[in-house]
Amino acid sequence: MNYLNAGYGLKSWLLTLDHKRVAWLYFISITGFFFLGGAAATLVRLELITPAGDLLSSDAYNQMFSLHGIVMVWFFLIPSIPATMGNFLLPLMLGARDMAFPRLNLMSWYVFILGGLFTLTAVIAGGIDTGWTFYTPYSTMFSNGAVLAAATGVFIVGFSSILTGINFIVTTHKMRAPGLTWFRLPLFVWAQYATSLIMVLATPVLSITLVLLGVERAFGIGIFDPALGGDPILFEHLFWFYSHPAVYIMLLPAMGVVSEVIACFAHKRIFGYKVMAFSILAIALFGFLVWGHHMFVSGQSIYAGVAFSLLSFLVSVPSALKIFNWLATLYKGHIRFDAPMLFALSFIGLFLIGGLTGVFVATLALDIQMHDTYFVVAHFHYIMVGGMVSAYMAGLHFWWPKITGRLYPEIWARVSAIIVFAGFNLTFFPQFILGWAGMPRRYHAYAEEFQLLNVFSSAGAGMLAVGYLLPLLYLIWSLRYGARASGNPWDARGLEWTVASPPPKENFATVPRVDSEAYAYDTPQ
Amino acid sequence: MTRPNNQTTVIVAHQFETLEQQFDADLLGMWLFLVTEALLFSGAFLALAVYYHQYYDTFSAAARELHWLLAGINSVILLTSGLAVALAEQAAEEHRRRLTLCWLSATIALGVAFLCLKSYEYYMEYRAGLIPFLDQPFAFSGPDPHNAMLFYNFYFAITGLHALHMIIGLMVLLVMLVLTYRWRESARVARQVRIAGLYWAFVDIVWVLVYCSLYLLGR
Ligand code: HEM
Ligand SMILES: [Cu+2]
Repeated sequence: MNYLNAGYGLKSWLLTLDHKRVAWLYFISITGFFFLGGAAATLVRLELITPAGDLLSSDAYNQMFSLHGIVMVWFFLIPSIPATMGNFLLPLMLGARDMAFPRLNLMSWYVFILGGLFTLTAVIAGGIDTGWTFYTPYSTMFSNGAVLAAATGVFIVGFSSILTGINFIVTTHKMRAPGLTWFRLPLFVWAQYATSLIMVLATPVLSITLVLLGVERAFGIGIFDPALGGDPILFEHLFWFYSHPAVYIMLLPAMGVVSEVIACFAHKRIFGYKVMAFSILAIALFGFLVWGHHMFVSGQSIYAGVAFSLLSFLVSVPSALKIFNWLATLYKGHIRFDAPMLFALSFIGLFLIGGLTGVFVATLALDIQMHDTYFVVAHFHYIMVGGMVSAYMAGLHFWWPKITGRLYPEIWARVSAIIVFAGFNLTFFPQFILGWAGMPRRYHAYAEEFQLLNVFSSAGAGMLAVGYLLPLLYLIWSLRYGARASGNPWDARGLEWTVASPPPKENFATVPRVDSEAYAYDTPQ
Repeated sequence: MTRPNNQTTVIVAHQFETLEQQFDADLLGMWLFLVTEALLFSGAFLALAVYYHQYYDTFSAAARELHWLLAGINSVILLTSGLAVALAEQAAEEHRRRLTLCWLSATIALGVAFLCLKSYEYYMEYRAGLIPFLDQPFAFSGPDPHNAMLFYNFYFAITGLHALHMIIGLMVLLVMLVLTYRWRESARVARQVRIAGLYWAFVDIVWVLVYCSLYLLGR
């Protein structure tokens, strides 16, 4: 008897209070959104193969990149690791039977779906062309798109991450098994915890900002409206006060996954555990202090610009510490290159490039040139896709046997990891060069001399599509035909590997007692 | 350690070991939720502060048009309801069902009175032509009516958001009333009333901030 065969009807899934099944509900829905966002990106890349704006009208192009951004940010990246693997693993890693609030957990999924429906309505009812950033006054006064429906969707989905965040924090504080002290927690849990703090502290600010934007658009209550003495820059401040921390909502869980995978496949204790834990918290904290680096050319005070620039440099310190610690963990490890490890190693390489170019664009003077060019686009894709999505794939493959009780086909998974890595670099590296040469973002036509690199980029996007479609196929295939997995197929450490695969409905028959550190790879489990 | 199943008096939710653990978790959950609520309001207050700084004279003149005395009376009513809910928590803690019901009803009655008075205030503002949206005629007589509109936008947005929270709070209190009426397990009811009371206290405190910053600051 396990959580999968504990009940079969649709009702047993849609009304489930089991954190493991809620994780599945999220898995399925965010996969849908991922491919929807991917379809929009495909159209964008197809348009950009030629310099002329021939495939899509400029309006349709604006709608495509807006749809892509909104769907990918709020309906894939933000929920991605926390809502799926976090939901599945957090209670298991803590030795608990479930989240502290199982009903809230299920509710957060319904809220997510409701927000998704609003956003899809916006797409059908005329699309939205503001970009994912909803800048005023364009979004409130000029855009003809379904801004209200899309903003409502994002507003609603915000509550789903707030609920998830509250649930994770309370669960981590109150549900740890006896003996599981804070410094024995796997780094995955630390990462989820820090992410949840950001979700709880930043998302409400986005909510109120969208409310103000919404009432301005719907009733003409002008708050950011310059015609009424309002200030559109204030909108940017409020928006980025959420949205910079939000990039760490996307990134921190990825760092948690990578720590687990690296330790397991190097078969070594994580190097500098406490530094890793504190650097996660430090990133979460500093993340709140740098939002102004998105506004260097907005007309904010030059002194604010200098301060934000320096503070942004500070963020890279804890990030760099983490990279060095992963490398030190690999040093003299018994490294195995299974698919999760390949994805985790791509994370390190790509995140490194993304983070370093972050320092470029955080340099006040340099950013005057870089701002709103493809350099910025390449920067954040290196982190969000190269980093975050790779880590998502790493975690998905790593815990797949635990989640489903089946092994995935290793060869295909390695092939996919390599295709994704190559395709990713082919897509986004040329964009650094394009941006450096001055190609602006968000236009459907461009100057002739940029064509060659754009063709490379579009070809890479094709490879990426193959690399992401493959896992969809072989993972589904493995649900039925994959070999059965044992409780601990990777010889990994951690409470989740002490139960059967797939785990029983109640997780643990008796509450486990923990008497050792995480990552005790030098002792047999 | 297996879970104690000899406890028949109180039922602990399946994911918890003990009732204390469950209570602690619920309480922490509510506190975290209140943090998010505080941040929600903080965004609006921040924007208000920025514009107050920018248009100090206009905003003060606009604030003087508001009915500070009426709202002051309303503040007294709301704070009294805060006292009532605290007494309800106390009564529930002492397992006194009747008394809990009384204090909860008093809280709800005072909350409804607040909303009625607030609606009357809105009505007076409508009569005075101070609604700067929905194509209403805007009849602000002071200097710089243009930027005064911005002030009233904030006034309606913030008090409206607060009123929405009042309505949610009242619904929560109504549920508490039903639960107290049924009185399944007294320990559980005490816990639920305490958590609901926390929310109500928060709504009170936000009102104090609203009152100070919108009505009193410009005087
Ligand atoms: C760690 C995860 C990170 C993610 C997910 C991320 C994501 C993003 C995104 C989405 C944007 C573009 C937003 C837009 O305009 O639409 C952006 C821009 C920017 N990022 Fe990052 N970033 C990360 C790390 C960093 C770091 C570490 C730094 C600095 C040390 C940094 C500095 C910047 C700057 C300065 C910009 C604005 C550039 C401009 O608009 O001209 N980022 N980032
Ligand atoms: Cu940023």
